[in-house]
Amino acid sequence: MIPEFSATAARPPKAWWWGVIALIALAMVMLPYYVDIALQLDLSIIFVFALLALSMGFLWGYAGILSFGQTIFFGLGGYAYAVLALNTGMTGLPFLGALLIPVAFSALLGYFMIYGRISDIYLSVTTLVVTLIFEKSIRSTSGPEYVIGSVRLNGQNGIPGVPGLTLPWLDGAPLSIEGVFYLTAGAMLLVYVALRLLLTTRFGRVIVGIRENERRMELLGYDTRLYKLGAFVLAGGIAALSGVLYALWGNFVAPEMFNLNQAAQVVIWVIVGGRSTLIGPIFGTGIVQYTSNWLGTVGVGQVTLVLGIVLMVFVLVFPRGLLPTIGDAFGYVRRRVAGRGAAR
Amino acid sequence: MTLSRRQFFRTASGAVAFASSYGVLAKAGLAQGNPIKVANILDATGGLNIYCLKQIKATAMAIDEINKAGGLLGRPVELIFYDSQSNNQFNSQYATQAFVRDKVDVLIGGVTSSSREVMRPIVQRFKGFYVYNALYEGGVCDRRHMCPGLVPAQQVAPLVDYVVNEKGLKKGYILAADYNYGQITAKWMQKFIREKGGEDLAVEFFPLDVTNFAPVISRIQSAKPDVVWSALVGDAHMSFFRQYQATVGKDNIPLAATTYGLGRENATLTPDENEGIMIATSFIDALPTEAAKSFVERFKAFSGEDEYVGEYAEYGYRGTMLWAEIVKKANSVAPDDVMAAVDGVTFDGAGGRYTMDGQTNHVIMDVHIAVGNREGSFDLLKSFSQQPPADTQAVCNLFENPNDTKQYEPEL
Amino acid sequence: MIATTLYLIIYSISLLMLVSLGLAIIFGMMKVINLAHGEFMMLGAYACVLCVNAGAPLWLAFAAAALAVGLFGIVVERLIIRFLYGRIVDTLLATWGLSLFLVGLVTTVFGPQAWSISARFGNVSFGGMNFSAYTFVLIAISIGMVVVTWLIARLTTVGLIVRGTMQDATVASGLGVNRNLVYMGTFGYGAALAGLAGAVLVPITGASPSLGLFFVAKAFINVIIGGHLPLIGTIAASSLFGTIDGFVSYVWSSVVGEVSVLIVAVILLRLLPLGITGRLRSGL
Repeated sequence: MIPEFSATAARPPKAWWWGVIALIALAMVMLPYYVDIALQLDLSIIFVFALLALSMGFLWGYAGILSFGQTIFFGLGGYAYAVLALNTGMTGLPFLGALLIPVAFSALLGYFMIYGRISDIYLSVTTLVVTLIFEKSIRSTSGPEYVIGSVRLNGQNGIPGVPGLTLPWLDGAPLSIEGVFYLTAGAMLLVYVALRLLLTTRFGRVIVGIRENERRMELLGYDTRLYKLGAFVLAGGIAALSGVLYALWGNFVAPEMFNLNQAAQVVIWVIVGGRSTLIGPIFGTGIVQYTSNWLGTVGVGQVTLVLGIVLMVFVLVFPRGLLPTIGDAFGYVRRRVAGRGAAR
Repeated sequence: MTLSRRQFFRTASGAVAFASSYGVLAKAGLAQGNPIKVANILDATGGLNIYCLKQIKATAMAIDEINKAGGLLGRPVELIFYDSQSNNQFNSQYATQAFVRDKVDVLIGGVTSSSREVMRPIVQRFKGFYVYNALYEGGVCDRRHMCPGLVPAQQVAPLVDYVVNEKGLKKGYILAADYNYGQITAKWMQKFIREKGGEDLAVEFFPLDVTNFAPVISRIQSAKPDVVWSALVGDAHMSFFRQYQATVGKDNIPLAATTYGLGRENATLTPDENEGIMIATSFIDALPTEAAKSFVERFKAFSGEDEYVGEYAEYGYRGTMLWAEIVKKANSVAPDDVMAAVDGVTFDGAGGRYTMDGQTNHVIMDVHIAVGNREGSFDLLKSFSQQPPADTQAVCNLFENPNDTKQYEPEL
Repeated sequence: MIATTLYLIIYSISLLMLVSLGLAIIFGMMKVINLAHGEFMMLGAYACVLCVNAGAPLWLAFAAAALAVGLFGIVVERLIIRFLYGRIVDTLLATWGLSLFLVGLVTTVFGPQAWSISARFGNVSFGGMNFSAYTFVLIAISIGMVVVTWLIARLTTVGLIVRGTMQDATVASGLGVNRNLVYMGTFGYGAALAGLAGAVLVPITGASPSLGLFFVAKAFINVIIGGHLPLIGTIAASSLFGTIDGFVSYVWSSVVGEVSVLIVAVILLRLLPLGITGRLRSGL
């Protein structure tokens, strides 16, 4: 079993892992010099969604909390940034503020559910219902009376013209497409590394322990609810970051960020890549997003038809997702080779 | 004139192949020479496709006809289609891809206002030119953008004039879809109804996924209006026309609508439900002109579909042809030359004469009042000649402010 | 005024029962969340339109739609669901894939537009208000569906076997019950109810590829709040939400009606995390 492809890898990463991360980071830095900005834009959105998938994959695979509503914090982050940035004319502080608001809300919602002992599929459904409430509510704010500060919420149409991030050392010009690429790639890589390291800490081991057997961890003296809430808020923060980056990427936010389709897409990304890994959701997002992007330009007729078949095949044939399946196959081959070596 | 007979043949075969796949036309099209590239970004997939599928084909037909007539400025025209899948994120990606990777000369497409507002900044960034073929709430003031569709004042004023003055239906009950278009159109309805001496009893908005209209139908019956005004939009809202006919009935309280027919509702509802709905539009299949008859015939032959064509398909054709006329006048496809040549360009299309208004980059056109019939189509009642986009003109002047890119909310 | 409010509430309740009973049976009996429920309804709607266009009377089209979608459900159970029992999240994902696939397929085959049938039922006048006569047909069918399901489960041997299998599959198969057949039949029955619901909705909403999307979220919330007992749960949750929606939509607006339903749903999930029938041990 390759540790990176399994949910129990609480060991500190080895040197080769750091080497791979460094190589990927270098590749990201070099990439804009070699590819056109359309591809950078395509990749950026994959990184943004990969963060969203990571937030759900981490929560599900490691803490055992299946939240269908990470889109709550995704949407809230985007909307908070749009409203704050358009009101203040600044972008740095709104960036931070837009992370804090969803995090506060995730603490509230998490407290409500986890301390209320709502569990399993019911927690999943509660999060789904909450995201639908946000969607419906935002959709019904088309009228001119729905204004926060000087910003019209604009209902169905969403808020266009969300300002790009300006950095003091770039003379106050908004971030270019290359800039957004670096920002999203950097954010994704950092969050991935941080989560990977987190799993080797005491906190990481405790939440995995809770996923395996919550009662046992309680008897060992851990306040399991606090740990679960911690994981939930952390995942909320990651989803919020993804939402803010989404707003920066496309310069718009819209109620679709909260809707059933978006929520379900997150599940697909995680499932396709592999739910019990950190790298899986990232790959899943890349594959699914790239596929639907490509399908839209080749004239297959109905894109959903193809996506639907892909999803069914994955659940039936690779229920653990792509990467764990590949990892298993790889591990199997390695064991066979090792076994033969030992026999000699 | 650079086209050979063989090239003509190839273009025609591309059109036939188009019926099964959008991508084929681009490949089978005139590959030789240095083609002018046209990007069309519309939703073939997802909930918005009721507005798009015909328009996608009509745009392809326009390009096909241009090529058959010898191309544009002597160059062949290549169409590149992108399916934005009813998701604005793809509008953003494909618009960038069109300019950066595919190096297109013009971007056509987007059906909702939100998709347009996502793509307009991208058009600005790459200094391109953008044709938005839709009926919308008005107010976009941008030289890199042109809209050949109707805006509220252009459409609502004639309809109110007909319904309130000629029909004498003074007391109105307004229903509208709950988003920008519906909100703004409802305001124009109120304004014009009051100006013509009518009365607006109530205004109600409905989220786009509402299918149960029983509560509002009860409220309408309590209010007893002379006429119900509708700016309802989309698939779910079609239920209103069914439920209304099954309870109140248009014989008791007539219906007047601004958006009815855009999603080809007339062709899909039953004769009872379609008959008698009054609309204002810039094109119906049954317009008694040679241009309209010819357009409908050509479209049916091109698409291989024998059904009602409708206004949104004609928008696709109209927008593409208007752009081509502007290119001819500018004698260049460079967006900056096209922008400068917009004012006063005309195209005699299926719905009458379309004249570009350079002040707003919107279109002056005929508005037809029609009524639904039992054949799933409309009968023409009256035409208002050459209506200006007055609401947008009131807030937008591109002659004075050429660098404007805002969307204004028309003031009432 | 009171009569109108009452009518709207009963109509709302019936609509909810109609669209969620099939889903509730599949979820309650088999612990499978069928996200393609809405698309099953959509298929029923198209089946109904095709039958009526072929000249069949409406009631026959309803029956044909239920039968056709029931058979389709059995095929789906054999090809997909049976491999996934006990994996609640996987069934959810597989049926979601099925739902996307069906929307794409139907759009390709029938086009994006809604299809309609002419069904003239006229209207009923009462106290100066017209009511669509068809809504009373819908209310009757909805109640009929619940009653028939109850009778099958309570009074027939088939119902007894199904209930027994769902309570303890091992014991049931020890007693000689064919488990596969029971699962297949239950899924088929739930699908048939969805097909019937879709067909019954045709005169109101028409048949279009997006039909399922309009109802699936509502049905889903209704079933989850109802809890694991399909009949009692559906009746209880539909009555609650139907009353709220019918009343608030009439006196206020459709938007407020929908949002208030969702808020009540979240509060209820906090108070009764396993749904209204979560604490009930036995029943239907």
